[in-house]
Amino acid sequence: MRANPTEYELVAPGTLQEALALHASEPGSWLPIAGGTDLMVLYAAGRLQSRKLISIAALRELRNIEVASAEVRVGAGCTYTDLRQHPVITKEFPLLARAAAWTGGIANQNRGTLGGNIANASPAGDSLPVLLAYDADLILVSASGERRIPYRTFHTGYKKTLLAPDELIHSICMPRNLSGYKCYARKVGARNAQAISKVFLAAMVRISNATIKDIRLAAGSVGPVPIRLAGTERALAGQPINDSLLELAGKVMAEEIQPIDDIRSTAGYRTVVLRNLLGEFLQSLPGARFAS
Amino acid sequence: MLNPRLPDGTRLEISLTVNGAARTIHAYPMTRLLDVLREELNLTGTKEGCGEGECGSCSILMDGFLVNSCLIPALQANGTSIVTIEGLANDNRLHPLQKAFLECGAAQCGICTPGMILAALHLLDKIPQPSLDEIREGLSGNLCRCTGYFQIFEAVAKLSRNGVAD
Amino acid sequence: MRFCAYCEGVKLTESEETIIGTSVPRKEGRDKVTGAARYVDDIRLPGMLYGATVRSKIARGKIKRISFSPEIDWNEYVIATAKDVPGKNCIALILDDQPCLVDGVINHPEEPVVLIAHPDKHALAKAVEGVVIESDPLPAIYSMEGSEKQSEIIWGTDNIFKSFLIEKGDVDRVWAEADFIVEGEYFTGAQEHLYIENNGMIAVFDSVAGVTVWGSLQCPFYVHKALMALCGLPEEKIRVVQLETGGAFGGKEEYPSMIAGHASILAMKSGRPVKIVYDRLEDMVATTKRHPSRTRHRTALRKDGKILGGEIDFTIDGGAYATLSSVVLSRGTIHAGGPYLWPSVRIRSKAVATNTPPHGAFRGFGAPQSLFAMERHMDRIAKIVGLSPVEIRRRNFLQPGQTTTTEQVIREPINLSDLLDKSLAHASYKAKKENFARENKTSSIKKGMGIAAFLHGAGFTGSGERYLDSVVGMEGTADGSVRILVSSTEFGQGTNTVLCQIAAEALGIPYESVTIAQADTTIVPNSGPTVASRTAMIVGNLVRSAAIGLKQTLQLDGTLKKTFKPAEFGAACRKYVAEKGLLRSLARYNSPEGVYWDDVTYKGEAYAAYAWAVYVAEVSVDLTTYAAKVENFVALQEIGKVLHPVLAEGQIIGGIAQAIGLALYEKVLWQNGRMLNGQMTNYIMPASCDLPPIRVVFEEIGNPHGAYGAKGIGELPMDGPAPAILNAIVDALGVPFDSIPLLPEDILEAITRRVQSRQQITSPQESPC
Ligand SMILES: Cc1cc2nc3c(=O)[nH]c(=O)nc-3n(C[C@H](O)[C@H](O)[C@H](O)COP(=O)(O)OP(=O)(O)OC[C@H]3O[C@@H](n4cnc5c(N)ncnc54)[C@H](O)[C@@H]3O)c2cc1C
Ligand code: FES
Ligand code: FES
Repeated sequence: MRANPTEYELVAPGTLQEALALHASEPGSWLPIAGGTDLMVLYAAGRLQSRKLISIAALRELRNIEVASAEVRVGAGCTYTDLRQHPVITKEFPLLARAAAWTGGIANQNRGTLGGNIANASPAGDSLPVLLAYDADLILVSASGERRIPYRTFHTGYKKTLLAPDELIHSICMPRNLSGYKCYARKVGARNAQAISKVFLAAMVRISNATIKDIRLAAGSVGPVPIRLAGTERALAGQPINDSLLELAGKVMAEEIQPIDDIRSTAGYRTVVLRNLLGEFLQSLPGARFAS
Repeated sequence: MLNPRLPDGTRLEISLTVNGAARTIHAYPMTRLLDVLREELNLTGTKEGCGEGECGSCSILMDGFLVNSCLIPALQANGTSIVTIEGLANDNRLHPLQKAFLECGAAQCGICTPGMILAALHLLDKIPQPSLDEIREGLSGNLCRCTGYFQIFEAVAKLSRNGVAD
Repeated sequence: MRFCAYCEGVKLTESEETIIGTSVPRKEGRDKVTGAARYVDDIRLPGMLYGATVRSKIARGKIKRISFSPEIDWNEYVIATAKDVPGKNCIALILDDQPCLVDGVINHPEEPVVLIAHPDKHALAKAVEGVVIESDPLPAIYSMEGSEKQSEIIWGTDNIFKSFLIEKGDVDRVWAEADFIVEGEYFTGAQEHLYIENNGMIAVFDSVAGVTVWGSLQCPFYVHKALMALCGLPEEKIRVVQLETGGAFGGKEEYPSMIAGHASILAMKSGRPVKIVYDRLEDMVATTKRHPSRTRHRTALRKDGKILGGEIDFTIDGGAYATLSSVVLSRGTIHAGGPYLWPSVRIRSKAVATNTPPHGAFRGFGAPQSLFAMERHMDRIAKIVGLSPVEIRRRNFLQPGQTTTTEQVIREPINLSDLLDKSLAHASYKAKKENFARENKTSSIKKGMGIAAFLHGAGFTGSGERYLDSVVGMEGTADGSVRILVSSTEFGQGTNTVLCQIAAEALGIPYESVTIAQADTTIVPNSGPTVASRTAMIVGNLVRSAAIGLKQTLQLDGTLKKTFKPAEFGAACRKYVAEKGLLRSLARYNSPEGVYWDDVTYKGEAYAAYAWAVYVAEVSVDLTTYAAKVENFVALQEIGKVLHPVLAEGQIIGGIAQAIGLALYEKVLWQNGRMLNGQMTNYIMPASCDLPPIRVVFEEIGNPHGAYGAKGIGELPMDGPAPAILNAIVDALGVPFDSIPLLPEDILEAITRRVQSRQQITSPQESPC
């Protein structure tokens, strides 16, 4: 442990309102801590800059999963375990349940929150490509009110987000009626469990008459932020499912990602494997016969 | 020399239930629960292997959930109920899971064992008859460098076979 | 559901007639499963300070100045530098070249320079940052090739810590006769031990009693020797006590002397108890790792696949100081020829210096490195000669009466072909290989089978055991029980249990009536270090002798009858102790008759016994992710006599798990001599989802030199898995891989290179694999 606990303040407001008021009183000087599975690692390494923390782990207001007719609203404070256990999430948003099951071991899933994963803004966050594929919106709250933004716009650069200094992520909204979609997600890490992603692909597609009607592709760990592969999606939309699809998609995809060499993998590996994952997905589509 | 000021003013009173007994301690809010258990409460059965959530040797149960105590600030444990390895044996009688660990050779050097047993307990609580894959998943946050895991899997399976899980 | 063949064997009730070969409960097992076992970090002494280490940070240079940040009130800290070393500033081991605290010249980036201590452990991290070491950098060397070039001399006169030459027959003559000459070059990487308990020590100084240290360690008398020199105190004023040790694997063989030294220096300077416990990052980057290696093979063969002779060149990277490299090199050199008959061979080996932290002992001790090369090379030979991997091995296996590379005659009735057949049968090798050959054509998951045959010498090499001159003690106590006195330590392998079993068997008393003393240098004699798979076999035998001695003392004295019941033995002990006082017997190592070893020519009986094994790996490679996965594993070994089936199986499975890590997961990333990935999140060891079902099979032919026929077992399982796995991957993909660890990124790169070179050459030439 390389931090000195005497140098840190931590408070635990009893309600969301109190937490927001404190946040607003000195914008930017209080850092929220939820499950602590990212922050406490930084802290123990002696690298946590913020000296004042607000615990939001016990705020009931952030821990609901609301099922409305058009969307499901997941409180930012829901843990991975909450997500894995919720019947509507497992049934209608299986990719999110799967990403939750891939996020560290059970102890991590009992503590880590979806809001924490989003705010932490790591390009390797496993729920993030999934939320991108689900076209999620975020509800951000502050003492002065609420705003709703498309999640797609949230990450503005490496570890940079639209979150204002006095805001918290309140909830994540995912539109329902995805029944016509076929979906796919695969995480590639250094081992089978408890590993940070080297590459992640989440994909959804709606097909009719052996033609791609709508396709959503989102990738993690291939650039400074998790991204929707918009160019690749455009290239594939409206295409009939055939042999040349992957070749077509692979080229566009290579152009729109910015993978790097780092401690976990190489840019070359990430590019090829992401392409292979896309190939695996396309090949699983009804009517596909091509070799990858 | 050697008598530094320990700023005491910022310590908080924290109350929690540990292995069934109510305890109150004074700690800095960002002191790790791991250190509270080991240093304030002298429950040194909970181990530190990495201090970053990776190894699981600090695993305990908090309000029935398996958590890594190295990642929990003391303040967040206020009002919770904690079970550590010391809370398992009853009057010198080993918990069946402890007995199974002994019989199967699931503890070699023993440093991962307390966390591993709590992870196994949590697993059996959620899934009384786990499959091998479920056992693997349930223990995937607990690293063991000695055993290669199989004798641990065997210990867990043994308990589920014997139907003592619930 | 059964995952282990022997698990149900442990009997928690009264032991049976024969104790050897049964699975009695682990002696300290109860404390381990209840959390009562006390490891170093669990202990706090009144008035204790916490110590920390300020390190060099640069790979090589001369220290100009050490300054202390004015922002910290240094009056609160105890500070020690090289000037404060009371005795000789070195870690005494084999050569005394490694300083305890750097004085002037820095040779690697993690060298200890300044020590600090404070009553509040949270006040240390910032203070460590507040010590600034200014130095003039010198050119540094980071690779074996760099070291061999000698553009900089960083150690001795030629950067070489040690070299060996083994010559058997006249290898220069075989090249002309050869039908095939096969060459290969093989690499293995550094590996971190990653015991889950980090290193730690507590030291206390008292001007009358001297220095006492308690800690996590393998070899109490290594620490004892180092502290005598360092503290400048006589033998009786140094006391070393082993606490429960949370894994070691060789990683707590030599480095604990360093930490004990640091804690002692701070304790002597402050007059207060001092605890130093490393955190994970410091433990990973600063302490020892497995030696990286490079092996070159050049082998002459007859058409029928028989080896005529060969040259083997084995080089290991020792890091910045000599430490144990010479001994690691020795074992690696002797094992380099594998379990095969070499009519002629020349093995040259050397350990070279680089400006990285010294590499050290790690389970297998050089053998996993040179055996990896041998077993990959066998598959390469098979391919070129046109035989199967099975047949090439069968034709070259050592047989009783033949000699090893050191010209040691194999006297035991070992039948390696038979072990091979059995392990192939357990693995359904033939059927699977056929299936895979068919299925691989259409699948994006390619599967393969690989084998490795190998041997592992138990005990110290050559004259080592004679020099060690180990002593074991045993006491009968006032309560009628028996206590074993050894410096051999328990760190998970089962030392306590197995030695108590042996004593109980030899005395004919229940296992429960035997205990083992804590390894405390003031209580136990020096039974040697707990390394080299020597404990069960060699120390075990001494325990047996001591037990017989104890029994004889009671019988000669008339307190005990010639034949007796267990209860009568206890009564006799009580009576003897009450009437005459101390009841104790000692046993000292006697080297077996007719054993010949020449340290200069490296000829003779290298080891008193070898364990033999054939391992089979079934592997799949997913061409979507290029990840190789071990799907099934068969580990068949001949280990003399299985003393305790559950412990033995645990050793084998645990060793295989570490070796799978070595082969496929564990990569140390270096930058200018420093480890970059010193965290569990980026240094990847196998977790519970990464290991295949492992089938462990024991064969027993006994061993006249070991306790009840036992041979060493602890290191053996580290040797075979990596080559078996790589051979299987080569079988699956048809691409040669000669380097470990082999990560998905490496597999992709090799496949890409192959595709590219195929495109360039119109008529593709099969590259041999
Ligand atoms: C052993 C281990 C394994 C892991 N494995 C994975 C993995 O496989 N995949 C993966 O994606 N991640 C992994 N993680 C990272 C981590 O668990 C996740 O990112 C988790 O979702 C973080 O949530 P938390 O509540 O613990 O965040 P915290 O650590 O509490 O906070 C993280 C960040 O989010 C901010 N924050 C939290 N909640 C809010 C909110 N409601 N509004 C605004 N800001 C907020 C905090 O201020 C902080 O900046 C792992 C971590 C560990 C320790
Ligand atoms: S010490 Fe908490 S997970 Fe390793
Ligand atoms: S028993 Fe040693 S780490 Fe698990």
